[in-house]
Amino acid sequence: MPSASSGHQLVPHPLVCANCGTRQPAGPTAICPECVGPLEPLYPTDRIFPTREQISTRPQSLWRYREWLPFTGEPTLSLDSGCTPLVDAPALATRLGLGRVWLKNDAVSHPSLSFKDRVVAAAINAAVALGLDTVGCASTGNLANAVAAQAARAGLPAWIFIPHDLEVGKVVGTAIYGPHLVRVRGTYDDVNRLCAQLADRYGWGIVNLNLRSYYGEGSKTVAFEIAEQLGWRAPSAVVVPMAGGSLLTKIHKGFKEFREAGLVTGDAPRLFGAQAAGCAPIVNLVEQGGEQIEPVRPDTIARSIAIGSPADGLFAARAIRESGGWAAAATDAEIVAAIRLLAETSGIFAETAGGATVAATQALVKQGKLGAEDEVVLCITGNGLKTIEAVQGSLAESPVINARVKEVAALVGKVDPTKLATTRILDTQTLAGQSA
Amino acid sequence: MAITISLPTVLARLADGQATLEAWGTTVGEAVAGVATRYPELAPRLRDATGNPYPFVTFYLNDEDIRFRGGFAAKVEDGDEVTVVAAVAGG
Repeated sequence: MPSASSGHQLVPHPLVCANCGTRQPAGPTAICPECVGPLEPLYPTDRIFPTREQISTRPQSLWRYREWLPFTGEPTLSLDSGCTPLVDAPALATRLGLGRVWLKNDAVSHPSLSFKDRVVAAAINAAVALGLDTVGCASTGNLANAVAAQAARAGLPAWIFIPHDLEVGKVVGTAIYGPHLVRVRGTYDDVNRLCAQLADRYGWGIVNLNLRSYYGEGSKTVAFEIAEQLGWRAPSAVVVPMAGGSLLTKIHKGFKEFREAGLVTGDAPRLFGAQAAGCAPIVNLVEQGGEQIEPVRPDTIARSIAIGSPADGLFAARAIRESGGWAAAATDAEIVAAIRLLAETSGIFAETAGGATVAATQALVKQGKLGAEDEVVLCITGNGLKTIEAVQGSLAESPVINARVKEVAALVGKVDPTKLATTRILDTQTLAGQSA
Repeated sequence: MAITISLPTVLARLADGQATLEAWGTTVGEAVAGVATRYPELAPRLRDATGNPYPFVTFYLNDEDIRFRGGFAAKVEDGDEVTVVAAVAGG
């Protein structure tokens, strides 16, 4: 990978408290020892930013934006994550009543089919650079998949903690990589509390707890990629699913950093947050105002975003307000319908968080927050094959037939003639008359 | 009521290095108030200026977030365990 710092060992940046400004050396801690506030990476003030042209010649991975990631030197692991497609979706735009829609398709993220590959790519490099020999996470599923996959190929042991009743795809999609996978009775919030205590007890790199300062920065690359893929500009709006609230907060930061670097001109995008109605503490905060998250007990099929006590919820709500955006929640039924709408109009099969994003967009259009004048990017953060339970019951049962042409002809005859465009070259009556 | 309060390492150093403290009271708030009096340096990391839970930590009473049980007004019984955890989370 060409770089001004080529050949240099990877060194994580020091940290600074977002609340009180106390500085800390680089390390596996995300908590300020003075005020217990969140630590953020402290970037050098003399950073030299690349030009658009320089970035465009770099390899297709999130490391092409490395000056905005919290390290100096060269990453050694997970060099293939990032640079997912930005898909134009005109049929979906028409159905939603929007001027234009693009889908940021992290459903095909490498290596584990969700945006969590981005944050884990940052965290696992930090773990190795900090000399940690074991990684782990508390997860609603996608992070478990990403940590297990990336730890396996890095040769690191992983301890992964998930709610006991996650979808089969999330469980199998973690266990297959051979980590220490532990299913905890309770919700994600229970798992998170346990892991906070474990991070305090063992010397593990729990990626979303004591490595969180480095981990979170990986999410900024969603914004960087959207800007570059649109020709170095921002859309008018971005809709983002919200769990802990970090992704939206970091997308906000990413667009801000690219504007400050002069890589993107024009207005910043309005940011819109999406949650499931059965777990919508951040939407509640946006709608009701105030500065304090009221936790909820999650009750939704959208397990990947079912965090009842989102630690970055306040920061996400602030980013939404500052950008001029808004937030909306979708019922489980709306989420399922939206997964199907997305698939049928764009060819992208999203997990439940993607359904929440599309359904929330529909709600935001109804509310007049988004409209025909908008060019909107919807963040599709995970793959639908991970959560097939959510939609399986909503789909018509496929017919089972013998291998006879006349049995197909009988089925074709039942189809609405207006939907038979592809059979124009054939005469269905002739088909029906053929001997099988 | 005699209960225990468990602290993360980052806060234990403000309580003479003790990760587990004994405390007394009929509510979480009363027990925390007693600890705050005994360890003045720890006090502002448990309660904010208005006496409410400090925003960067979460209190659990026997594994349940006290915000679901009335906050500091949550009743405690002998042997209960209160766990203080830094408020960091993400899916």
